[in-house]
Amino acid sequence: MKILSASEIKDEQYKKVLTELLYQLADDDFIIAFRGSEWLGLAPHIEEDVAFSSINQDTMGHAAMFYQLLEELGEGEVDQLAHGRKSSERRNAIILEEVNGPGDYLSEPEYDWAFAVVRNYFYAQAKKGRMDSLKQSSYQPLADVAVKANMELYYHLLHWKTWFTQLVNAGGEARMRMEKAVEKVAKDFAGVVTLGELGAEMVSHQLIESEELLLKRWKNAVEPIFQATNLPLPDLEMSRGDGRTGVHTKDLDKAIETLSEVYNTDPLASW
Amino acid sequence: MDMKPKLENIIEVLQTVKDPEIDSVSIVELGMLKSIEENDGKVLIRLLPTFVGCPALDIIKGNVRKALKEQVNLTEVEVEFVMSPPWTSDRVSAEGREKLKQFGIAPPPQKMEEDGSWHVDCPYCGSTYTTLDNIFGPTACRSILYCKNCKNPFEAMKPISTLM
Repeated sequence: MKILSASEIKDEQYKKVLTELLYQLADDDFIIAFRGSEWLGLAPHIEEDVAFSSINQDTMGHAAMFYQLLEELGEGEVDQLAHGRKSSERRNAIILEEVNGPGDYLSEPEYDWAFAVVRNYFYAQAKKGRMDSLKQSSYQPLADVAVKANMELYYHLLHWKTWFTQLVNAGGEARMRMEKAVEKVAKDFAGVVTLGELGAEMVSHQLIESEELLLKRWKNAVEPIFQATNLPLPDLEMSRGDGRTGVHTKDLDKAIETLSEVYNTDPLASW
Repeated sequence: MDMKPKLENIIEVLQTVKDPEIDSVSIVELGMLKSIEENDGKVLIRLLPTFVGCPALDIIKGNVRKALKEQVNLTEVEVEFVMSPPWTSDRVSAEGREKLKQFGIAPPPQKMEEDGSWHVDCPYCGSTYTTLDNIFGPTACRSILYCKNCKNPFEAMKPISTLM
């Protein structure tokens, strides 16, 4: 059965599980878009600066749609949900909050482009699986948002897949750094694929398909790329904990402090 | 005397509301208008966003209200962005496609190859001898291309379809 709007939800448990899923989707997009935005002006070349900022703008737009759905469920206002929540309340995967590299974007950023490419490629592919699944979600407003996000995501995935393949095939230092980045991202990428403690209920309420199925589709999609570039496909781990349960690193605290600095000067201002 | 503006009048006014980033094309020609509803003198206009992260959306919202107030004295107006049906690039009308060209933007291609690639002709000289420089452009909905015939850089509106 399809639920067409927030006001049609009668089952409290359904609402709780849906809310949890929306926080995961929103917080993942929000933080990876923020990390991406820190690359502005620092990307390897001018065309990439244009492309990457466009992708981050799209992704931030997707986060805003998911926060909007949360607002409709009575969770608070979009701006507050994005800026005003502590790290322990956030549901994003730990690998997405990790800093881009040593240094700061304002002074001596030694960001790692290989890490950016691998993290974004893996993430875009995982998001593709989720959006495809959400198109059939029992919550129609979420299915509509997934259709919309999916069309823009098409270009993101194409972009990151191209970078990934070209850098790995370039050999030399590029390949070495990419191999290192793959290893690093894989150590925590299971945190993106997981649906957290309410995952089974998300499936039984037909909100999304199981994480086992989503993982299988992710592997099926990246395997040909790994084979074509002669890379072994690593096992995915969650070595630093599960962000879906509110476990996070200092990197997230710092990110929230930075991104909410303006918002916190006057939380009631209208932008 | 009935002073209420008719549906046709409202659409006429919406024709004057342009995309703030492509000011030759109206939001109607871009295919962003979903519906106009009237209830007890209040008008609800539903629009479809092209790209959801587009910063022009809020400006468009304000411009719609402003235009209806100024041109037909309609003050009780609500503008809402909805996601269904999703905006797709085939919603751009024939006039919209022509006006995009006038602005130096090639209209979105109507078909894509099986591998997802696509081709547009130069909006300036019409040459088919063009190359894609960057799928991503200065706004979320545009790509950057180059015409090898008239040697002009130009932009194209990205194809967006639910088949993607």
